[in-house]
Amino acid sequence: MHETVREGAAGGAGVPPAGQEAAPSAVRGRRILSMLGRVGTVLVRWREASVLIVALGMAVYFRASNDVFLTPDNLRNIAQATAPAAIVAIGIVLLLVSGEIDLSVGVVAALAPFLMHYAVDLYGVPVVPALLLAFGISAGIGFCNGFIVTKLKVPSLVATLGSYYFLLGVLLTTSHAYPAQIPEQARGRIQTIFGAGDWASLTWCLTIVVIFHIVLTRTRWGLHTISVGGNPIGATEAGIRTDRIKIGNFMIASVLGALAGLLEAFRINSIDPNIGGGTALVFTAISAAVIGGTALAGGSGTVIGALLGALILAELQNGFNLIGISANPFQLILGGAILLSMIANQYLSRLRRTGGA
Amino acid sequence: MTAQPTTSDTAPDPSAQGAALRVENVVKRFGALTALRDVSLRLDKGEVLGLIGDNGAGKSTLIKVICGYHRPDAGRIHVDGQEVVLRSVDHARSLGIDTVYQGLALINELSVFHNMFLNRELRFGPLLNNRAMRRLAREHLADMGVDIPDVGAEVAKLSGGQRQAVAVARAVYSDAKVLLLDEPLAAMGAKEGALILDLIRDLKARGDVSVIIIAHNYAQVLDVCDRVNLLQHGTITFDRRTADVTLEELTELVVAEYRNRRKPSLRTRSDDPDPGP
Ligand SMILES: Nc1ncnc2c1ncn2[C@@H]1O[C@H](COP(=O)(O)OP(=O)(O)OP(=O)(O)O)[C@@H](O)[C@H]1O
Ligand SMILES: [Mg+2]
Repeated sequence: MHETVREGAAGGAGVPPAGQEAAPSAVRGRRILSMLGRVGTVLVRWREASVLIVALGMAVYFRASNDVFLTPDNLRNIAQATAPAAIVAIGIVLLLVSGEIDLSVGVVAALAPFLMHYAVDLYGVPVVPALLLAFGISAGIGFCNGFIVTKLKVPSLVATLGSYYFLLGVLLTTSHAYPAQIPEQARGRIQTIFGAGDWASLTWCLTIVVIFHIVLTRTRWGLHTISVGGNPIGATEAGIRTDRIKIGNFMIASVLGALAGLLEAFRINSIDPNIGGGTALVFTAISAAVIGGTALAGGSGTVIGALLGALILAELQNGFNLIGISANPFQLILGGAILLSMIANQYLSRLRRTGGA
Repeated sequence: MTAQPTTSDTAPDPSAQGAALRVENVVKRFGALTALRDVSLRLDKGEVLGLIGDNGAGKSTLIKVICGYHRPDAGRIHVDGQEVVLRSVDHARSLGIDTVYQGLALINELSVFHNMFLNRELRFGPLLNNRAMRRLAREHLADMGVDIPDVGAEVAKLSGGQRQAVAVARAVYSDAKVLLLDEPLAAMGAKEGALILDLIRDLKARGDVSVIIIAHNYAQVLDVCDRVNLLQHGTITFDRRTADVTLEELTELVVAEYRNRRKPSLRTRSDDPDPGP
């Protein structure tokens, strides 16, 4: 590979004399083709590669247009924007792979810090049990979503749309739509660990990415998640408890949503009903999953891709900010990016299926 | 036993002691549709039983009742002389019943070896032991004589016959005592079909595996089976040793039933119960 590159570069430096032209240029052409072929193979085989290239390319572009982009401070901003979206996106990936979706995770993210706040400040529960309670209730919400989808046979898009509004109602009624303070007892070490530390949310995010990448690709749970989404009938015939897998993934998605919300609340030092921005966090997470190469049809998806997808979205938002483009055309770019990556995804997965390259 | 359209073994049968599987008066309904009206059958230890019948007769439904996929609405199932209520496919598997479904139950998105170990994955700790599964899958397929170059390839990339071979290999190498094969020869070329038939003969030679095989090719049924049962309209109407029946008889039996059904309409009198020839 190394050699090919050097040869290509050397050859391109000067114009070869007329007499020697034919043979070496044919050889060079073939080498370049085979190199492109190899790059193509990597793109097709390692599905996250194309997303990684886009993420890196974008960093290069924004660095070129604005010096601030790669400064440590700005990188921290990007990391802090990436982390919650990526954490939520991982839950979305598991659900999409098992053939479902959850629109309510964003409200769970907003609700979880309030649950902790209510437990601590209204009922005098110590912070750690209060946090566990918030996670537990979020898991319960995920269980309900999964139950409604698998046992009552309501399509997940509709079921979780319902729970989205329901939970939003709970959130706004109980909080009177006003922000609350981080409980006194939670300040200090807990707040630093849970998001207020400079790189806390990114550390959480990367840890969770590693864990769920392993879960999806190297464990029975992951294999069965793929099976349930890829061939629901076949999976059931093979004895896989499809309902259990789906309900489990709804619970994971909800708990990850709660974690993202708690990290955000501790980071911005306020428990705000607008965390997650209504639907914004879910939509960003779904976009990240899709840009990362997870198909909506079920049966395939990648956790690392979702992380890269979230990174791309954070880069876009941050970079446009720096360049001075307002938030409004950002949506336009976002829409284009989603459509483009879906088309590329379709194309690449067809290549992959037909064994291209 | 006779060729009368009645079920076999209603009286207590001494050989029932040696039955690997007994199905008694099983009923299965799907809403208004009764797929299995009243099915009883017996599968002896080491026996290969051919199950034939028209499309929609209820063969696959019967298989799925025996393998724990469907709960029967009535009737009893005995495995190895013990009455059991099959709670799930896993439960049936734990009793030694394994299945090749008509739909194959393969996951396109997974590799050949992951499919071969689907739902009984080899692990160390919480992680999949891919290396061991890959090696065993390769060994089993080679052992069967199936040619699949890369067991790491996605099943989606295989041909129809190769897919079927993977599904058969999965069931055969599961150490099952009762194998249920729903049309395992359907997509097979002549060579691969012979390969599966040989495999069944090998199992028979081992003597500890009992097989129910559904097939539409009666010559193959007579070739490999010890006994043949005909399922018509949700009940077994014919049960005989293959040694006592010819291909012509078998074909005639199935076709005659069809002709009988056609007769009234040919005579344009629809509701006349046909006395039969
Ligand atoms: N899950 C189901 N829900 C509703 N009806 C079903 C279901 N499965 C099977 N049936 C019906 O039960 C009847 C028997 O179907 P079954 O699949 O057992 O037939 P078969 O004998 O296997 O046919 P073939 O030779 O075509 O495979 C058919 O009328 C079919 O429509
Ligand atoms: Mg069938």
